[in-house]
This record gives sequence, C-alpha cells and structure tokens, in this order.
Amino acid sequence: MGLTLIFGVMRVVNFAHGEFLMLGMYVAFWAFALLHFDPYVTLIVSLPLFFALGWVSYRLIMRPVVHASHNVQVFTTVGLSIALQNIALVLWTADARFVRTSYYAVVVRVADAAFNVAQFVAFGVAVACTAALFAFMRWSYTGKVMRATAQDRQASALMGIDTDRVYALTWTIGIACVGVAGVLLAPVYPVYPTAGLQFVLIAYVAVVLGGLGDMAGALLASLIVAAVEVAGSYVIGTAWKEVLYLLLFIAILMVRPAGLFGQRGAEALGT
Amino acid sequence: MLTVEGLDVAYGDFQALWEAAMRVEAGEIVAVLGPNGAGKSTLMNTISGLITPRAGRITFLGKRIDGAAAHVTVGDGIAHVLERRRLFPFLTVRDNVLLGAHNPHARPRRAETLARVEALFPIVRARRNQLAHTLSGGEQQMVAIARGYMARPKLLMIDEPFLGLAPAIVHEIGILIRRLRDEEGLSVLFIEQNVELALRLADRGCILESGRTILDGASAELLQSAEVKRIFLGDLAL
Repeated sequence: MGLTLIFGVMRVVNFAHGEFLMLGMYVAFWAFALLHFDPYVTLIVSLPLFFALGWVSYRLIMRPVVHASHNVQVFTTVGLSIALQNIALVLWTADARFVRTSYYAVVVRVADAAFNVAQFVAFGVAVACTAALFAFMRWSYTGKVMRATAQDRQASALMGIDTDRVYALTWTIGIACVGVAGVLLAPVYPVYPTAGLQFVLIAYVAVVLGGLGDMAGALLASLIVAAVEVAGSYVIGTAWKEVLYLLLFIAILMVRPAGLFGQRGAEALGT
Repeated sequence: MLTVEGLDVAYGDFQALWEAAMRVEAGEIVAVLGPNGAGKSTLMNTISGLITPRAGRITFLGKRIDGAAAHVTVGDGIAHVLERRRLFPFLTVRDNVLLGAHNPHARPRRAETLARVEALFPIVRARRNQLAHTLSGGEQQMVAIARGYMARPKLLMIDEPFLGLAPAIVHEIGILIRRLRDEEGLSVLFIEQNVELALRLADRGCILESGRTILDGASAELLQSAEVKRIFLGDLAL
C-alpha cells in the first residue's frame, strides 16, 4: 500500500521498500528481546519512529533526486536498499531471529481454515490501515492536495501548494505503513537482513497488476495474487507458488500492459 | 503594478527569452502576442515562478518576485491559468475550485470567494460533483479561470484562454474576462495568437518575436501598425 502511494503521488518506484519492512521486523525483534515488549505494543511505539525515519530519509536521500530522471531514482532506491541490507548484516549478523510470543502456537479457526493469531491480527491491521489511508486520500483536504499534486504537479504549485512538502509527507506515510507492516510480520516470519525481499516481490507484482499508482487496484490485485499463491501451493506444491503467480503476472501483462485496472501511460501522468 | 525588465530565460543551451520587457498597470487588460515559439508561455511561466530566469528582474507591487517559487508567488497576488486549462482531471469541479484558494492569503476567505465565483461562473455550481476531465473544453476553461480567481489575485494571467474553443464560447469567455476587470478590479494578462481577437479584448498589446519584446503599445495603435501586419501576415500581405 505504501509502495503504490509513493509511486502514485511521486512517480518514484521505491526499490528499498522491502528494507524498510525488514527494519520494522528488527524493531519488533529488538524491542521484544531487549525490552520484552509485545510486538503489538511495539506497533504503537514504532509508528512515530517510522514517521521520523521516513521524514529523515526523504530529506537526506530522496529530496535531491525527486525531480531527477527515472534512472537516477532507480539507482538511488536500489542503492538505499543494498545499503540498508548491509547495515543490518553488519549490525545484527545474517542469523535468522524469531519473535516467540507466548501466544505463538495459538490458532484461530475460521470455517475449517486455521490461522495463526499473529497472521490474523496482521491481516486485520493491514485492512484497517488500508481503509484508513483510502478514506484519508479520498475525503480529507490533505488527501485531495496529495491527489492534486499527483495529477498535475505544476498546476498544484500554481495553487500555492508546496509540492516538495507533499512529496515529503507522501514518502513519510509510505515508509510508516511499511514499517508497521514489518512489526506486524515479525511474530510470523523469521527476521534476517534480506527478509524484505520475499514480501516486496509479491507487493511489486500486486502494484503493477493493479495498475501503477491505483490503490484500489493494488488491493484487489494483491487478493488475486494471494489466492493464486495459496491455491497453487495446495494443488501443485509449495515450491511452485512463486512460479504460478509470476506466470499469471506475465499472462495478464501480455493482454493488459497497463495492469488490470490501470490506464495506459499511468507512469507518465503527473510529471 | 507588474514590471518585467531585461529578462533572460534559457532551457539548458537554448535561450528562449532575450532581455524581454513588459508591464501591466492596475486595472489593465494586456495581451501577449507573437508567433509560435516566440517565448510567450516562457514569459508567463517565469512571472509565476515555474521557471527561474537567468538574468533580469520582475517586480510586482514594489516587490521583486523573480526566482521566487510558484507556490509563494500566488500568495503575493498573481494567479496563473496554464495553457490547456490543466484542471486536476480526477478531482471534482468543486475540489478543483477549492484548491484554487490554497494559498494562505485566500484560504480564510474561501467560502466567501466561492459564493462570488459561483455567481460569476454558474457552471462551477451546476457541475460541482462532476470529475473535471468529463467537462467539455469550454467548460474546463471556465472552471480553470474560476479556479484562478479563487486565489484572490490582483493580477490574473491566462495562457491561451481561447485555444480550441467554439466562437460562441470565445465570446462568452471574453465577456467574463472584461467582467473580472470591471467588477472585481483585476488586472488581466493573457496570451493569444489571433491578433484581431486579442486586441479587441485588450487595452494594450505586447508583441514577442524570437524571445525579444519588439512592440508594446495601445491596442488601437497596434491594429493599424504595418510592423504587426509584417509579423503576423508576412511581407506578402503588405
């Protein structure tokens, strides 16, 4: 969701998104290991932390390249991704670490399907965050200012909108979203320096399938990708799940190059 | 109220304006004329702050504004309606118009200005819930000018207000521009390629050719000028 928000408003593909997710997972791990914070307590504490991290990373890294060419932006975010992975590697080693809560083994049953409590909560919070973000973008004045900036940056500046501040805000919200997601995933998945990659691959597929920058499209596409992944691993085998959704991805893009709901040229709009 | 002197503007190695100069007095309607590529839009974009000039000065109400950011200049009292209207296509007409009053000088008076705008431009009220990209070209131009007025400017700049519009709409927008000046006390600066049309509406014209200001005078004078005929009709027409 953060990924499509950042792309939608700023037209920057954030290749370091998975690494901010990884940082979120480490925050949850260390808070748990050192301070015995439950991950859901950490969630509340980490929100301001990730807002700050998002703001600082925008000022230091993204602001100089926000009006640069796509090539420069790709190099910047890929570079940031590699840097963050290796900082994590140096500081915290490559060992996989686990957040073992007391309710680790508790399972929720919904109509024959079994879910881990943490998975269940992660899903619930993700849906709530998405709904909140969607409502914010649609109805709040700031959301309208952000959409206006996405649709026409020059015209927005002529309205008196400080578009640089809008970009900073967008980036910050996007990073805060993914940081929260990292904290939520920590009780479910092992934490290690490249942990972000496995999640972000599927996120890119969902964002592109949904039509770049289209939040509702990305949400629907992520449900489709998840369904294909789960059905594929059940019917054919777990090893094949990535193959299946990537094949589907290629097939859909051959028929609809702009994604399921995207309009052609979405990547150029708002420049 | 607005003075431009010695303005040099370049895009990389390509220089678009060479010592361009012009002025707009309070309550005046001024047309910027000139062939394609003469630098008319560049001049307007530099005044509003979208482009930073290489040299020269722009003064508005006694304050230097060259090089100031666009979102600051609009608060100083210059609204700029871009070529091809440039409404926010996926926002409603109402949201487009309200965003026009984003600058801190206009925001406190937003409700009052909206009422005034809806009286001047009935379409803003009639189509308030429609997405901007679903309007016709003429309707979009009305909304774009209305959005410009929402900023409560002292000077309204419109880049090609009549481009691609039917004659009846051209007439209607011409009347609106006059009303903005007569009833609201605005100064208006607009760009137009059609000399006849422009000078019938404007009090004064300023003619650019290849990035230089070559003529500046009252509309009646310019309409009679042989130089104007040469520029716009070519030597054969003489």
